[in-house]
Amino acid sequence: MSEPLVLGIETSCDETGIGIVRGSTLLANVIASSMDEHARYGGVVPEVAARAHLEALTPALKRALAEAGIALADIDAIAVTSGPGLAGALMVGVGAAKALSIALGKPLYAVNHLVGHVGVDLLDGEPLEYPTIALLVSGGHTSLLLVRDLVSDVELLGETIDDAAGEAFDKVARLLGLPYPGGPQIDRAASGGDPAAIRFPRGLSQPKDLDKHRYDFSFSGLKTAVARWVERERDAGAVVPVADVAASFREAVVDVLIAKAIAACADYGVPRLLLGGGVVANARVREIAAERCAAAGIRLRIPPLELCTDNGAMIAALGAQLIIAGHAPSGLGFGADSTLPVTTIQA
Amino acid sequence: MLLAIDTSVGTSVAIVDLRLGVLAERSSDDTRRHAEVIGEFIQACFDEAGIAVADLSGVVAGMGPGPFTGLRVGIAAARAFAFGAAKPVVPIVSHDAVAFGVVQPVLVVTDARRNEIHWSSYAMPDAAGLPTRTSGPSLARAAELESIVSAHPGHRLIQARTVSAAPLGLLAESLYANGRQFAADVPLYLRSPDVTISAGPKRVTG
Ligand SMILES: [Zn+2]
Repeated sequence: MSEPLVLGIETSCDETGIGIVRGSTLLANVIASSMDEHARYGGVVPEVAARAHLEALTPALKRALAEAGIALADIDAIAVTSGPGLAGALMVGVGAAKALSIALGKPLYAVNHLVGHVGVDLLDGEPLEYPTIALLVSGGHTSLLLVRDLVSDVELLGETIDDAAGEAFDKVARLLGLPYPGGPQIDRAASGGDPAAIRFPRGLSQPKDLDKHRYDFSFSGLKTAVARWVERERDAGAVVPVADVAASFREAVVDVLIAKAIAACADYGVPRLLLGGGVVANARVREIAAERCAAAGIRLRIPPLELCTDNGAMIAALGAQLIIAGHAPSGLGFGADSTLPVTTIQA
Repeated sequence: MLLAIDTSVGTSVAIVDLRLGVLAERSSDDTRRHAEVIGEFIQACFDEAGIAVADLSGVVAGMGPGPFTGLRVGIAAARAFAFGAAKPVVPIVSHDAVAFGVVQPVLVVTDARRNEIHWSSYAMPDAAGLPTRTSGPSLARAAELESIVSAHPGHRLIQARTVSAAPLGLLAESLYANGRQFAADVPLYLRSPDVTISAGPKRVTG
């Protein structure tokens, strides 16, 4: 089977994603998001997300098949995210994928969400080159990976030790009175602001932190620093310069993200950096990554945005690569693992 | 012939038929491993029943009440299986399956976690032998059980640790044979998601 037709199911956070690929050709990528339902709470509510997955799953399956122009019976295999992610949300996809696999009599592959973010880069027609450093940033994760081989050798270099970068955007947006989700709001507010107006701290970037946390991230201190700054201004009766605060905060986040990714490229002698996750939608992330990669002679890869946010196509793409590499199906006994390590590419 | 799935308390899967009865059943009262066991249970039922997916006329889903995380696994599985097999989903209230076949008034109680219970009460079965729910399914504090019981004199109390999928499936067969309606295709969470809308960011400086 050189070009397996794979259906991918992704329910690890607030997007219900169904994707269909043939080998590394994208046929369908349907995403039903419950983001609007979370807006009034200012962040993803796991139970709200899980309920939405249950209702969105079958309609999304139907739409994906129609989009791909195939029948269910044509599918060679099913791939599903088994972790990491929100446990209750993952379980919806896992339960559905197992049942669908038995109903169709097709093999099932349980795959790692984070590695899926890397595998999606195959779908733009170019082969993935190894090794590559991958920086995956969203509301649910902030991870730096060293990928020597997509289906057999992925190493976690570092990750956030507190908030995900996307969460930090949401929280600072709230602080500034901007709606959820915070990423696009901060982006908009920051345009016209001066990124150097306020020097906010760069988490885990001091020499003393770099020993232990060279590739780890921390955004909790930054968020508190922004809150302090804003409170001090308000207490003094000043009008908070929202554009400058947004631009300076965004700069602090992006600076640390890209600095650590570039450092990893340099340390490991890897001249390639792949970005993934919803925060890649942030214009400043792409801009700084492009600038600094060019300066360092690093080839930058950024998949199309609809493949950067959580989606089923990335899960299908990884499943297809596992099949092509001759991996056996996962069987039916696996569970949802909210902390599935990135080294477990297939559960 | 029906595949029946219930994960409202433990996990239970069965294949049943109106004439042939229960062809296979797998159950577990573990309330934490629904996602792990669901696939193996479905597969084991097909292996034991020796039937093909095409032989089914529908897939029964126990719609709860149940603690939401587990409940959803079975409903998701039932819906996905039905979609894959191109068969209808048959939603049934899980408590009705516990009361089905009991020829006296019943009080069905299941664990809702967090010191709460789900309960439903039933009068004598009707002329067709089908359960007659008189109240519920409802959510109550576990401490209220005693007063619920005393408010239902003459009712047999059944505290189910698993809702068995065999009676769930057979009830669906009987409802269909008698031209009755199934339940609504809506999960019976009986609880709102635990969220409070924040009043705004908290101060970090004193
Ligand atoms: Zn993700």
